[in-house]
Amino acid sequence: MSTPRKLATALLVAGVLTAALAGCASGAPGATGTASTGGETPKLSRTITVFAAASLKSTFTQLASDFEAKHPGTKITLNFAGSSDLVTQITQGAPADVFASADAENMDKLTDAKLTHGAPANFATNVLEIAVPPSNPASISTFADLARPGVKVVVCAPQVPCGTATETVENATGTTLAPVSEESSVTDVLGKVTSGEADAGLVYVTDVKTAGDKVKGIPFAESDQAVNTYPIAAVGTSKNKELAAAFIATVTGSEGKKVLSDAGFGTP
Amino acid sequence: MTFELDATLAARGFEVSLSLGPAETIAILGPNGAGKSTLLSIISGLLRPDSGKAVLGGRVLFDLAADKNIWRAPHTRGTALLAQEALLFPHLSALDNVAFGPRSAGASSAAARETGMHWLTEVDAGDLASRRPGQLSGGQAQRVAVARALAANPELLLLDEPMAALDIHAAPLLRRLLKRVLAGRRAIIITHDILDALMLADRVIVLEDGRISEAGPTRDVLEKPRSRFAAGLAGLNLVAGTVSDAGVTTDQGMVVAGHHDGTVAPGQDGVAVFPPSAVSVFLTEEHGSPRNSFPVRITDLEPHGDQIRVHAGGLSADITPAASADLGLTPGMTVYFVIKAAAIAIYPA
Amino acid sequence: MNRRSGTGYTGIPPWIYAIAAAGAVFVLLPLVAMVAKVNWPQFIPLITSESSLTALGLSLRTSAASTAACIVLGVPLALVLARSPFPGQRLLRAFVLLPLVLPPVVGGIALLYTFGRQGLLGRSLELAGIQIAFSTTAVVLAQTFVALPFLVVSLEGALRTAGNKYEAVAATLGARPSTVLRRVTIPLVLPGLASGAVLSFARSLGEFGATLTFAGSLQGVTRTLPLEIYLQRETDADAAVALSLLLVAVAVAVVGLSYRRPRVEAAPEGVFR
Repeated sequence: MSTPRKLATALLVAGVLTAALAGCASGAPGATGTASTGGETPKLSRTITVFAAASLKSTFTQLASDFEAKHPGTKITLNFAGSSDLVTQITQGAPADVFASADAENMDKLTDAKLTHGAPANFATNVLEIAVPPSNPASISTFADLARPGVKVVVCAPQVPCGTATETVENATGTTLAPVSEESSVTDVLGKVTSGEADAGLVYVTDVKTAGDKVKGIPFAESDQAVNTYPIAAVGTSKNKELAAAFIATVTGSEGKKVLSDAGFGTP
Repeated sequence: MTFELDATLAARGFEVSLSLGPAETIAILGPNGAGKSTLLSIISGLLRPDSGKAVLGGRVLFDLAADKNIWRAPHTRGTALLAQEALLFPHLSALDNVAFGPRSAGASSAAARETGMHWLTEVDAGDLASRRPGQLSGGQAQRVAVARALAANPELLLLDEPMAALDIHAAPLLRRLLKRVLAGRRAIIITHDILDALMLADRVIVLEDGRISEAGPTRDVLEKPRSRFAAGLAGLNLVAGTVSDAGVTTDQGMVVAGHHDGTVAPGQDGVAVFPPSAVSVFLTEEHGSPRNSFPVRITDLEPHGDQIRVHAGGLSADITPAASADLGLTPGMTVYFVIKAAAIAIYPA
Repeated sequence: MNRRSGTGYTGIPPWIYAIAAAGAVFVLLPLVAMVAKVNWPQFIPLITSESSLTALGLSLRTSAASTAACIVLGVPLALVLARSPFPGQRLLRAFVLLPLVLPPVVGGIALLYTFGRQGLLGRSLELAGIQIAFSTTAVVLAQTFVALPFLVVSLEGALRTAGNKYEAVAATLGARPSTVLRRVTIPLVLPGLASGAVLSFARSLGEFGATLTFAGSLQGVTRTLPLEIYLQRETDADAAVALSLLLVAVAVAVVGLSYRRPRVEAAPEGVFR
């Protein structure tokens, strides 16, 4: 056996191994998509996967368990992450049946890719609120206070939705903030406030509510300049559009409205 | 201004005391694991003994008596070490290696290099000054190492088998060099080679199992060895036991007849010493004038000069190759070693 | 079997080459996929945008600073771990190496509770007028924390391989311990120190989690290249890919140009065992 042939064999084996690895990876989602063949009950049954923006974690977890209780035999698998991450995953073939986005832009990406089934429905709104450590060390009471020199303000970077909202409020009020950090997620902004590193952070009302007594929320009138709308839609590739539609109806219906408003969301 | 050492280290079964005059060189001989390197490590401060004391030219190197507990760090002892391997610092030139000691003692860079050059020249290595250790042969590197040790101006030079790693051409050269530079210096040299002891040392100390088994002027030890190890170095057979009227009786009851030199009385510990050339080999027991005849089993045969050396029962005999062939000697055979009593010297152990 | 002349027996069974090739493909394929995804016509404008250059410059500066900090703190640590046995040494080594296996975000949280405003040392530091949170210093601290083990491991290995025989000789020649360290030990393990420093630099360059958690993200102050990539990914995938490639190129250049296998010295017989 000559060296070139040996090398060729090596590459061939390598190729096969790599293909096998790739096969494992792509095989998995397909399996979850088609596996549920068991006992069809007269009512709604089977499983759907809901991809939802991270800020919907507590509300959607509650709505999903209520839904499962109301419709025995159904199972709702939830996947929470940043909206843009979720859109990327869905366009790359992740097995989602429902997508709930934290902003219109990311939902638009999915509709543009013709991956939605039916028109997206707006089901909640969210506005910014100032979050400060419980002791409020910098004595913040208004949005203008954030621009005071020496106040350590943390905001979202303009590249992410909460940052866009922050910029909109700044422009509308003519206030220019000099943040000490521009984070890439609301969680990171909130983290800097709860740990006491920052004097104040700009996050959503719902985030302040979720954080409980670890931070204090300070609403400000100018927040209505940047109202963030949450749309929800079924995913085009869903294998169970009926169940997906039922879940969306729950979210947009009276039950969903109650849970969402309890969490601080507004109504569109 | 002597060097005095007294040290014990229980973990290695080491217990040695020795002293050394201002310009004296002693050779330490002994089998592997006898504690020779331990001795140098303790003197140079690389190893701490359990107890003991050492004084070098009036300075206490260590004194571990409970109320003293003095321990000088190696760099303040003035005991330069030269090992089997040259261990030249690979990142420094030969000259900078030699200048290392003077520089560490606080000399200016220029002065240190001047001293370094002096010692390099002294060991006939002046032309190697700018070479890196990687570019030197084993013999050249060891010469530079000697210069480096001497340049540190040690009060006591410690040499740990400096010739052991050299090839047969480089070793004699270094031995001559050491003879020259050790003259008038205080040094301790560990060696396996009796030639080193003869050429370089005024005295030898035989170390066995961490203890001194024999010590004395080199010539005396080689002529009248009292330990098996020294006898082996001198190329002599040695049988230890108790002196009787007839000769020496071993623990096993074997009697070796020989002539007393008058310094030994019956009942004392003594040794019977004889050269292998005085031993004859027979296939059957001989009766007659030679009074010593011992049955022994041959362990080994090896060429020795133009003779064949027969090793048997811990003794050795030198016979001609023709005699060996005639007798048909092979390892495992039982033969009789026969020695004339007149060829055996008996003296106190 | 035909062999190229001048090559010796390797002792590697042929099938090993197949698996080794699979391993190489496994590492290289994602890089190839990334290169394939680069928007080449826009590549130069993307990586030379103001924010990209600022992030790259900040990354190089902070990585250099943290590498220096790793050398200052890591050399003594490695010496102590390699040379002087003491009770708890194994435990100390385990803790020093911990950041190697710790998720960086955990490191970030730990640093926050140490140097943060409310942290163990942060409060005293703030009283002394030193503010670390949201500063470039915080980035350097985070990078040093995750990169230090690379230097310590690399240098400790080099020290152990070199042994202490040269140091012993130097001491008997009259060199005090500091002189031995400066003139013998450090020059002897310089290759190991250099490769450790390079690995630390590379690790600092790639540091993300601890920085994000501990230092925040502000252009020109704390937003290093990895943070910039993470942020760009939100809106501009092309920019994120282009910057990723830039980071890979810098890392490959640094590691490839300066990483060398540490020199191995044989241990001699005699006193210096």
